[in-house]
Amino acid sequence: MKNELTTLQTARDLGLLEEEYNRIQEILGRVPNFTELSIFSVMWSEHCSYKNSIAWLKKLPRGGERMLAEAGEENAGLVDIGDGLACSFKIESHNHPSAIEPYQGAATGVGGINRDIFTMGARPIAQLNSLRFGDLSSERTQWLLKGVVKGIGDYGNAFGIPTVGGELYFDTCYQVNPLVNAFSAGIVETDKIASAISYGVGNPVFIVGSATGKDGIHGAAFASKDIGEDSLKDLPAVQVGDPFQEKLLLEATLEVIASGCVIGIQDMGAAGIICSTSEMSAKGEHGMDIWLDEVPLRQPDMLPFEILLSESQERMLIVVHKGREQEVLDIFAKWDLNCAQIGVVTDTGKLRFYQHGALAAEVPAHDLVLGGGAPVYHREYREPAYYQQFKKFDPASVAQPRDYAEVGKFLLRHPNIASRAWVAEQYDSMIGTNTVTTNTPSDAPVVRIKGTSKAILVKADCNGRYVHADPEIGSAIAVAESARNIVCSGGQAVAITNCLNFGNPYNPEVYWQFVKTIQGMKKACEKFNTPVTGGNVSFYNQSDDGGAVFPTPVIGMLGLLDHYENKMTLDFKNENDPIYLLGELTNDISCSEYLYSYCGIKSSPAPYFDLEKEFQLQQAVTQIIAQRLVQSVHDVSDGGLFIALAESAMAGNKGFEVRTVDPIRKDAFWFGEGQSRVVVSVKEAQQSTLEETLRTLKIPFVLLGKVSHQDFTVDTKVWMNLKEAKQLYDNTLASYLK
Amino acid sequence: MKFGITVFPGSNCDEDVFYVFQNILKQDVVKLWHKETSLQGCDFIIVPGGFSYGDYLRSGAIARFSPIMDAVVEHANRGGYVLGICNGFQILTEAGLLPGTLLRNISQKFVCKNAYIKPVSTSALMTASLDSQRCYKIPVAHADGRYYASEDTIKELQDHDQILFQYCDANGQILSESNFNGSLLSIAGVTNRQKNVFGLMPHPERACDEALENTDGRYLLEPLLSLQTV
Amino acid sequence: MMYLAKINIMPKKEILDPQGKAVKLGLGNLGLRNIEDVRIGKHITMQVQAATYEEASEEVELACQKLLANLIMESYDFEIEEVK
Repeated sequence: MKNELTTLQTARDLGLLEEEYNRIQEILGRVPNFTELSIFSVMWSEHCSYKNSIAWLKKLPRGGERMLAEAGEENAGLVDIGDGLACSFKIESHNHPSAIEPYQGAATGVGGINRDIFTMGARPIAQLNSLRFGDLSSERTQWLLKGVVKGIGDYGNAFGIPTVGGELYFDTCYQVNPLVNAFSAGIVETDKIASAISYGVGNPVFIVGSATGKDGIHGAAFASKDIGEDSLKDLPAVQVGDPFQEKLLLEATLEVIASGCVIGIQDMGAAGIICSTSEMSAKGEHGMDIWLDEVPLRQPDMLPFEILLSESQERMLIVVHKGREQEVLDIFAKWDLNCAQIGVVTDTGKLRFYQHGALAAEVPAHDLVLGGGAPVYHREYREPAYYQQFKKFDPASVAQPRDYAEVGKFLLRHPNIASRAWVAEQYDSMIGTNTVTTNTPSDAPVVRIKGTSKAILVKADCNGRYVHADPEIGSAIAVAESARNIVCSGGQAVAITNCLNFGNPYNPEVYWQFVKTIQGMKKACEKFNTPVTGGNVSFYNQSDDGGAVFPTPVIGMLGLLDHYENKMTLDFKNENDPIYLLGELTNDISCSEYLYSYCGIKSSPAPYFDLEKEFQLQQAVTQIIAQRLVQSVHDVSDGGLFIALAESAMAGNKGFEVRTVDPIRKDAFWFGEGQSRVVVSVKEAQQSTLEETLRTLKIPFVLLGKVSHQDFTVDTKVWMNLKEAKQLYDNTLASYLK
Repeated sequence: MKFGITVFPGSNCDEDVFYVFQNILKQDVVKLWHKETSLQGCDFIIVPGGFSYGDYLRSGAIARFSPIMDAVVEHANRGGYVLGICNGFQILTEAGLLPGTLLRNISQKFVCKNAYIKPVSTSALMTASLDSQRCYKIPVAHADGRYYASEDTIKELQDHDQILFQYCDANGQILSESNFNGSLLSIAGVTNRQKNVFGLMPHPERACDEALENTDGRYLLEPLLSLQTV
Repeated sequence: MMYLAKINIMPKKEILDPQGKAVKLGLGNLGLRNIEDVRIGKHITMQVQAATYEEASEEVELACQKLLANLIMESYDFEIEEVK
């Protein structure tokens, strides 16, 4: 095989800039060959190097007394949760693969995020997903949604980790480019944490798990002059996930880490072998000699760059203490998995890859990686015109509806609000027997940790419409709402991971959304003391007309409960329990589902939000739950107060009798999405204590009415009964997705 | 009594069953790896749920040929007790220890939710002591749970009191709407003619822990503890 | 005229076939160790009403492309015979 020297044109074909090509020649002190240049092209891609985002990501708060690993240092964030345990958690996007083949795209997304968790030694215990699609009535959306949900279900269910929640939104901006973000959280004993590191000259390097095929190497393959027509035909169009293999890999990985013979371990996601060899080596300040002939291959005659860049699923790279090779081989043999030594650790700081006895590539590890030699760019940004335009929205221009019950019904059955059971029931949410919210729902799922009294709470949240209207406020709301959900469930918000889905970063208006998002997120994370433990940036999410999707920075939040029995639930418990609304009454319909979908007004600013008041409200909710003053707690979010009441009523098989409280607009009162409000129900006997406590805490509240038998009554008018509400709420998704 | 839980590559409810038998029902319990050939002196074998061999080809088809299954079949043929849950039920039908088979759900979709079941057999160990007037809330989680058997087999099941449970609604009514996976006669579980082998699609181990606020599963498992050691 | 179409749909050879891989493992456990490269697809039969063989063939081709096979991951072939 000739490994031809490259030119600037090759570099461009590989997606590298001229300045990057020059820099590579400086680093190597010579002209790179094709294998080497393709290595740089993937390691310096946005996906691996975060070159267009890292300068801003670094501004997010990352430290904290609970943090055991700093963002970006390991495969996933790691938070000390006490009792000698840590929680590893992360969210990641698989948007583009899912747009091509929804089933496999989503399935491999689930596989990838779980490998990030168990490569740290943690056993995953809860998964979430965050999905965005276009218009639900379009065939394409239905095909994508069915495929994505089946892909997530088939992979997660067979893998055997519960999918305990998630979110699902529809908007035409996601018509072409859906968003598929997967979250996983796992638990590890703090003395069994594994690290993505390599050191110790002479230590063997193993590849384990699936064989390597020509998966995910299109960009480089098409740029290669060395590759024939036949070889191009052999390129798989999609990667196929194998959850069975992943389950075996999970068990074998945890077993090998527990054996103590592992120096470091990293899963292979984007950029495969080259990514894990370089990141582990750079972190441990060592090098590696790798013999590509030893890598188990799925397709014959693979070229060096194909083996190095392959993104075949369900693989790990492990560096082991010399002399303990047999233990590793035995563990993987027990689980019927490939396990092959493919190299050794060296002290050169360089990665040398050999094939057929010849050196195919030699590159310094440090220069390939983020934080090492990978480029960092400061992109220009510019406020888009729509931003000021949206702020000019005047609610007085919107006439109040004639039939309020009709609006209530419209919202209950709206695809963005209606029951997600059609999706949720396709996921095994109960395996592991730790999901303590199965029989009594909370704002955030609560997952008990066996062997302790503790539980974690996990929540994915983002309203892209708010973020689009005002990225700074919208992203702060995403953080605040996830925290509010955790607090309303009795937990304490601890840390976040984020998945930042944006359009093209070279578009200054998109980049402005990105910058403002980071600024808003920073403020909110600092306020709630929830550092960012890591995550993922997905750029180039474009819609039909080439415009970007709504900026969608999905927050994956981790919460903690010391005693799972202290969780709070959202369902109304007893008839005649008084119902209160806590938080400020705001005369605000901006950006609400009511305004956007019912009134059809698409330009309005983000809803009312005051970070300080939000924080005080959450503190108060924590206190009244701890003092056992309330029977149910549910936050007011999409669809506003009426929807919050309906959800608590439907969950508890009850009704409610409530009244409008002056002085704000009636539509703002029932359907406005002004932030920082929660609905609680309380026993009559505790009413005065609750009121007194709230007064002391200076939290505004109003008595709305009481829990009733079956009717949803507003201002003495029955809007609907429980059965009608459930009909509307429960059947929307199924009616589109037969 | 010593309970043994088989573990195949891809089993994933083994840990949950183990936890319930050890920590909640306080029983002597061990795991039996699929490559083993001995049952380690266990009196009662449980084949747990999951996706043995990824459920590729047909659910349970490949696991049925594991070395440990030879020992389980021999144990059952000697009159030893065996319970298969979900994928375990599928494996036992593939192994010929239970009549019938489990087909893809009528919806063609995986379904995970609380199901309600009603005991039928008055002579089987698992159901004899249950209240036939009430229903039990037990979670299901499967894609292949539609019980199917030939007409002759169904008649035999009825003649010999071999139907363990039927799906019903929360009020105990057996309706076509409550038969969510499309099983013949709403069958959720069966036993063999000798009534020493049980198969259930619902997961009783997911309804035993007070932390989960549903302990109906204990009613199904507790009768098994009363057995005398063979 | 009535034609019978026998269609085979297979995962493309460059694509990982997890099902085939797991079945090969199971066959190995059964002691059948000489078996290599197990791949699992679907076999579909259908009757087609058409004037000619070519017309039937076109119809089946369309069925394969539009619905039966996922061309991103699967390839197909078929044979057609006349039903007497």
